[in-house]
Amino acid sequence: MSPLITLVLKRVGLGVLTLWVISVLIFVGVELLPGDLAEEILGQNATPETVAAFRRELKLDLPPHARYLAWLGGLTEGDLGNSLANGRPIAELIGWRFANTLFLAASTAVVAVPISIFLGILAALYRNSLFDRLISMATLSTISFPDFFVAYILIALLSVQLLLFPSVSNINPQMSLLEKLYAIVLPCLTLTLVVVAHMMRQTRAAIINILSSPFIEMAHLKGLRRARVVVRHAFPNALSPVINVVALNLAYLVAGVVIVEVVFAYPGMGQLLVDSVTKRDIPVVQASGLIFAATYVTLNLLADVFSIISNPRLRAPR
Amino acid sequence: MASLLEIHNLVIEGCHDGQWLPIVNGISLRLEKGQVLGLIGESGAGKSTLGLAAMAYTRLGCRISSGTIVFDGLPLLELDKEERRKIRGTRIAYVAQSAAASFNPAHRLITQYAETPVQHGIMDFHTAEKQAIDIYRRLLLPDPEHIGYRYPHQVSGGQLQRAMVAMAMACRPDIIVFDEPTTALDVTTQIEVLAAIKNITNQFNTAAIYITHDLAVVAQIADRIMVLRHGDLVEENDARRILAEPREEYTRQLLSVRSFKKDGNGAGGHAKIPFLKVEGVSASYTGRELVLEKIDIELHRGRTVALVGESGSGKSTLARVITGLLPPVEGRILFDGAELPPALSARQREHLRQMQMIYQMPDTALNPRHRVRKIIGRPLSFYFGVTAADREKRILELLEMIELPADYIGRYPGELSGGEKQRICIARALAADPHLIICDEVTSALDQLVAEEILKLLHRLQRELGVSYLFITHDLATVKAIADEIVVMLRGRIVEQGEKQAVLKSPENAYTERLLSSVPEMDPDWLDRLLETREAAA
Amino acid sequence: MAFLQLLRESPISARIGVAMILFNILASIFAPLVAPYGETEIVGDVWAPMSAANWLGTDQVGRDMLTRLLYGARNTIAIAFATTLLSFSVGIVFGFLAATLKGWVDQVLSRVVDIMMAFPTLVFALMVLSVVGTSIPTLILVIALLDSTRVYRLSRAVAMDIEVMEFVEAARLRGERIWWLMRHEILPNAMPPLVAEFGLRFCFVFLFIAALSFLGLGIQPPTADWGSMVRENAGAITFGIFVPLWPAAAIAFLTIGVNLVVDWFLHLASGLKDYE
Repeated sequence: MSPLITLVLKRVGLGVLTLWVISVLIFVGVELLPGDLAEEILGQNATPETVAAFRRELKLDLPPHARYLAWLGGLTEGDLGNSLANGRPIAELIGWRFANTLFLAASTAVVAVPISIFLGILAALYRNSLFDRLISMATLSTISFPDFFVAYILIALLSVQLLLFPSVSNINPQMSLLEKLYAIVLPCLTLTLVVVAHMMRQTRAAIINILSSPFIEMAHLKGLRRARVVVRHAFPNALSPVINVVALNLAYLVAGVVIVEVVFAYPGMGQLLVDSVTKRDIPVVQASGLIFAATYVTLNLLADVFSIISNPRLRAPR
Repeated sequence: MASLLEIHNLVIEGCHDGQWLPIVNGISLRLEKGQVLGLIGESGAGKSTLGLAAMAYTRLGCRISSGTIVFDGLPLLELDKEERRKIRGTRIAYVAQSAAASFNPAHRLITQYAETPVQHGIMDFHTAEKQAIDIYRRLLLPDPEHIGYRYPHQVSGGQLQRAMVAMAMACRPDIIVFDEPTTALDVTTQIEVLAAIKNITNQFNTAAIYITHDLAVVAQIADRIMVLRHGDLVEENDARRILAEPREEYTRQLLSVRSFKKDGNGAGGHAKIPFLKVEGVSASYTGRELVLEKIDIELHRGRTVALVGESGSGKSTLARVITGLLPPVEGRILFDGAELPPALSARQREHLRQMQMIYQMPDTALNPRHRVRKIIGRPLSFYFGVTAADREKRILELLEMIELPADYIGRYPGELSGGEKQRICIARALAADPHLIICDEVTSALDQLVAEEILKLLHRLQRELGVSYLFITHDLATVKAIADEIVVMLRGRIVEQGEKQAVLKSPENAYTERLLSSVPEMDPDWLDRLLETREAAA
Repeated sequence: MAFLQLLRESPISARIGVAMILFNILASIFAPLVAPYGETEIVGDVWAPMSAANWLGTDQVGRDMLTRLLYGARNTIAIAFATTLLSFSVGIVFGFLAATLKGWVDQVLSRVVDIMMAFPTLVFALMVLSVVGTSIPTLILVIALLDSTRVYRLSRAVAMDIEVMEFVEAARLRGERIWWLMRHEILPNAMPPLVAEFGLRFCFVFLFIAALSFLGLGIQPPTADWGSMVRENAGAITFGIFVPLWPAAAIAFLTIGVNLVVDWFLHLASGLKDYE
């Protein structure tokens, strides 16, 4: 087997292992709760019925390892258990919200990735020019802004003052794609602004790093055109770091979505998670935490696999 | 008749902390067709900057502030960017010091070879491919038909350097600028590359600017030599003339470098019992492949053993085993007849004290955040627990011993020159009052004149203090200068060991012979003679 | 003083940054002296506009916005600073230990950190807080622990770079103990990147706490805190009243200040690459 495949398989194996450890952690975390979990969480004046429902839901009558296996078994079959708050199956609660979150994240990525790579490369090529400094000041400020600040500024400007877009992105399954897209313009814009700032700065740094390599000087001394130096010599080597930057920021997006969803009352995973945490709806928290973690791990995994594949030393071993 | 390249009164400045300071200070040069011009000087002489300027190129943070460069009737500095670009790679080409860093890791060698001619519209890829194979053959690269289809990381250092020479030849340029092309190579590989360069520039009658710090190397290849120092021209003349009758004192110093020889044979008492014995030591980093196999060495008091070998021979690994940084797989180390624990952490402080080490890079061997007082003072308080006053006194004594002024005690390493830093390293080793000092390539990062001073100092200290040295080096000139005994290593084994005179005069091993004969000499005919004898032998 | 000397040669952006930070620090120290009203004192109508009595208007229950901002600076900055300090102590000690001891210590620590970093930080924090509940000490502990993973990564990497240098090997060969290696050989040389990282981490922790408070899971009312203030007043924005922008802008103001200084510092310690 080629070392490339071995390496990729190893990395995938590691990802699966990580996920498994995370599932154990999530499970044990709840296990470690001090005192009687039911009373601790439900409060002193919970009715005996709710306490009983709680115990049944968390299978507190079973020994821990059996409980874990039951939970994990349920997970693999898509059965995530029931919510404590309203007794509905969690899979039902999460299903379309997860799709909504992915929809928002994907729309953002489609806009943000090309912009940030393009701007990042430009800033690196014309480093220390006025353009570069302006961009760098702008991104520095955006990074310093809390997500909700960006969101409220946009609401104040585009929704309250100019009445262009809705300040609440309450989408539902009956809406057409166009209507949905219109509804998410503001959250999408907020996320884009935040992610572009990060991604652009990192892309710029990665490209500058490559541009200072001796082989780039060599390419110039071979009398090649500037465009060719960038496209043929800098780009293939910058690919791996840039892919990494993109994947890391997409992973960041998955988490950044939480705040934005709350601000715009968007029915996604983030809002569900925050609601459940407030209500201490532990099974829902466990399930959504696991889904967030799985998405995050997968994106990081993809980044690593791509950077392994795009490394010529591994593609063509000695 | 006008020369091929004429540089007149060129001033190049570099930016340091917002100030423009001259790197090249009004230098003029002429290069005729087919001529090889050697630029020689120590670090900071401005030779690389000048070499690149011949292509009307300056690195980031440098600028050409005055002067003219005329190449084949074209005033390079007056051309616009596009016109300059068209000359680079086609009529003037460049060969960099580190081929490994200067080849793009993402493309095959032949793609990078063909890029220049194809992009400049001189020939199509197919023709370039054919010519590449021809050039690879002329440069004696192994398997010339296929080597071009490899990636840079799949080829050895010496071969990669030749592949870069080939790449520079792709458009049959009028001039090639060689920037220290053999400096990073082992001596035996250096010969091959040097011969290849000499051969190919002769065949195509290519003019060249050959930049190096090594006068002996440039003597083999250059028709004319310019000696530079601090951006100024010291002396310029025909290669043979400059070697035979140097006019300037500085040139004479450069010529006489490596002439230092330890006086007498086996200074110090030659005790019967060795105080350090390495017995049957094998070592490995991975646990599988051995990097050292069955090494036996003995060291006597007051003597210097030189451990010679090229990169990958395992000589530095042996030092790690002796000091305890790398416990051996088998074998043992005896100190004064007693066996030392293999691992550093198990050794007694007293044993650690008696064995000190000096490193190749004085820059990284001294903690940049410690003053000289702390650097030299720490071993004193650590091993001897001396009082503050005694420590201060002893530090000053040590500074005097290494010929540095007393007020250096308050300085940081960043405020010292390379040679001074290496002296501080020596003082730190001496502070422990050791029996043995392991010197790991201690002179190879220094300019030649400075290196020579360090060797003299080490020799004087040995005479005065009776300390022994284990001298690890790839540089045979250093060996000739300072060794009493020589141990030659190759791929983790000792191939030859014995008294210096015996090994140098009549080496028994073929590799030792090749290693010794590969050291360039200050004689313009040395390379040709050597190649002839080797050919005759083969 | 060396710092003032440095500052004199610094670019204008860094000086502005320093001024912005100083302004915040002074405001948080002297909040009780300069604030016109008490921290929880109700002084006017709900969401009253800016006036001579209430320079920045009032909040959702009629407390003076300026007063709340000043007290908020105290709480928010102090908690973020304490968290960053704790996160740094933990991260640096373990990072240096991993780099100097290597072997299984490094393996175990690094794998644990890998797993912790496989979670999005915000999600991790939300889950932990849902279990252990929200109070200021748990908040500080949880966030510091989560954040120390990044400090661990950086200090381990920096220490690894320093550890391979011969002066550390020389100290090892002399027989020095691990404490000396970490304290005298590695730490002084790791300072520039670590100081810059401290600024970045502080910004991150600060924004992070603000985000948690904004979600209602951070600092709890009636303590004045910028993140919760945005949350409490968020409803106003749809009425065209921009009070929630004040605390949000205050957060941005401080982080921009810190980032400006960090940028300059990274530039000074130019051994480092252009930082993310």
